[in-house]
Amino acid sequence: MLSNASGEHSYAISGPGAGRAHSLVFTSLSKTYGGLRAVDDISLRIPGGEFLTLLGPSGSGKTTLLMMIAGFVQPTGGEIYVDDRRITDLPPEHRNFGMVFQGYALFPHMTVAENVTYPLRVRGISRAEAETKVRSALALVRLGGFEDRYPRQLSGGQQQRVAIARALVFNPDILLFDEPLGALDRQLRAEVQVELKALHRRLGTTFIYVTHDQEEALSMSDRVVIFNRGRIVQAGGPGELYERPKTRFVAEFLGTSNCIKGQLVEKAPDSCRIQIGQRQIVHAGRPSASTGEILLAIRPENLALSPTEPVGSPNRVQGKVLQAAYHGPTSQVLVETEIGPVTVMCLAQRTLAELAPEKPVWISWSPEASVLLSE
Amino acid sequence: MNTIAAKQYQQKTHPRMRFPTSAWLLVLPLILVLGVLYAGPIASVLWLSVTDPSPGLGNYERLLTSDALQRVLWSTFRISALTTLFATLLGYLIAYTMLHASARHRHWIMAFVLVPFWVSVLVRAFAWLTLLRTEGVLNTALVSSGIITTPLDLVRNEIGVLIGMVHYMIPYAVLPLYANMQGIDRRILNASRSLGASPWTTFIRVFLPLSAPGVAAAALLVFVLALGFLVTPAILGGGRVVMIAEYVRVQIMQTVRWGVGTMMASVLLITVVFLLAAMSRVVDIRKLFGAK
Ligand SMILES: Nc1ncnc2c1ncn2[C@@H]1O[C@H](COP(=O)(O)OP(=O)(O)OP(=O)(O)O)[C@@H](O)[C@H]1O
Ligand SMILES: [Mg+2]
Repeated sequence: MLSNASGEHSYAISGPGAGRAHSLVFTSLSKTYGGLRAVDDISLRIPGGEFLTLLGPSGSGKTTLLMMIAGFVQPTGGEIYVDDRRITDLPPEHRNFGMVFQGYALFPHMTVAENVTYPLRVRGISRAEAETKVRSALALVRLGGFEDRYPRQLSGGQQQRVAIARALVFNPDILLFDEPLGALDRQLRAEVQVELKALHRRLGTTFIYVTHDQEEALSMSDRVVIFNRGRIVQAGGPGELYERPKTRFVAEFLGTSNCIKGQLVEKAPDSCRIQIGQRQIVHAGRPSASTGEILLAIRPENLALSPTEPVGSPNRVQGKVLQAAYHGPTSQVLVETEIGPVTVMCLAQRTLAELAPEKPVWISWSPEASVLLSE
Repeated sequence: MNTIAAKQYQQKTHPRMRFPTSAWLLVLPLILVLGVLYAGPIASVLWLSVTDPSPGLGNYERLLTSDALQRVLWSTFRISALTTLFATLLGYLIAYTMLHASARHRHWIMAFVLVPFWVSVLVRAFAWLTLLRTEGVLNTALVSSGIITTPLDLVRNEIGVLIGMVHYMIPYAVLPLYANMQGIDRRILNASRSLGASPWTTFIRVFLPLSAPGVAAAALLVFVLALGFLVTPAILGGGRVVMIAEYVRVQIMQTVRWGVGTMMASVLLITVVFLLAAMSRVVDIRKLFGAK
């Protein structure tokens, strides 16, 4: 909805190629509040034009990091660079970053048009030029015709678009978003996610996006940085993070995972055998250690549920259904097995009788489905 | 989408609270007390102003004919307006400082703002007299240090009255201003900075307009209170500055002209009611003073 499908406008806002996308680098960036390390020694390089999402639980330091990028919070250690230019001490108004705040932070005493004109006015841009830019920014977020409304006369989704228009109307070097969709309902959120992604493609500007909604992070980003307690736990593309989590925290924070502990019993060049209780299973991977405890993660959707023993499968355990939850297209089934409780996701066509509590079932998976966790 | 949004965001009407009969019974004693001690005397003041010494608007006619009355009205208005200006200005500075001070400093400032609340207005007026009169602390210090040769006339004139009244009014200005400023979302100010505005521009274009309701509340409160001041102008004005309240006192206690006295009191009352009514058209007064 943000993009203009008909393409009839000539945009005053820069599209791809109009301005160079800017990169951002942190080196050992830290912020401590008293004894609390809100952001703890973070080093990261964000190439120009990337859509980067900072994802983490509440209190993990995402907002603090974003506020340091924007210039509202002074780091207690480390440096920030934009294209090799050090900006650590630069006041916010000289950074030329557009920011969409949590709760939008529109100026309540200004109309939509005045809100969007504000960054141009403080830059001393001529009235005529500003008018063209504001019109195309509002067209870009599909808010033409709302110029004279006050923020309180707009819905949450519309206010959010004004905030976006205001943040990009002055061609900022980087766009920052702090949980911009938090206040929207589920359907609108999904809609705006698609729009933001399209906007990113069209502008080619570097986007840094904070959220604690994992679906949002996975569906929109080029790269996701997972945060916990002020530190980066893992960074990578959405698929990589989901399919190859390195730690138990990532495996469980992104979607659901079944984490299973076992003992390494045999190591082959490209696979290994792991003892779990009375069972031995095969994992298609090579742990670095040669003996000892092993932690594996298996996604619920990679487990197969069957009423009879799947004899052909190398990894199979027996159990009984504890409970099944119907989720529309899929069902989530909790199964008590000999290796502990396991969550299985299966297509909902299966008859409910088959998933009734106490029903004996078999669970199986391929050796490639499991992921080795470091901790 | 346009029409839906318009429908959804039409002016929201505040539903009036329904008061059940039992609730009225509960507040009945209060209503009676208010009626006897408050509404009754006011009614009799209004009544006297149109009946004493003879029925009619004769007392009110004097407003147009008597120089003395016009002088009193004018100086009441002028002093109240100046008091409002200075108290609101100083109150704004204090509230703004409190907003940006550390929690510890904020508590100290608040304490200093509130302490005068508990000191009697009489004591405060005499304290200022001691400080400001010709042989007072301030003049003595200035003269003996050689900064000035003749003492400054700081009391028994309008300056003295203004100093005393502004001092008295500062807490009344600070409290609504501070309440208002605290309610301004920091993120809105941050947004202004991130959009390229300097701290000064942010103050002028964003903070100041957003604090305007607080300024209106503070100014209204101070002005309304200042109109009825009695003790401070009487003591610090040294008899040379006569405001309405003092004039009414003299008419009733000394010259015993009840008609003129109550007429002036009524004028004061009506002015205040009109002021509040006019303001309430512009802003929500109940919200202004933090009700509900
Ligand atoms: N001004 C401050 N003074 C003291 N502690 C602070 C301050 N700001 C943040 N913190 C602390 O720093 C930690 C990180 O806070 P931050 O706001 O960055 O978390 P977040 O990841 O944005 O969380 P959320 O998802 O809830 O917004 C928290 O423990 C918080 O209490
Ligand atoms: Mg946050």
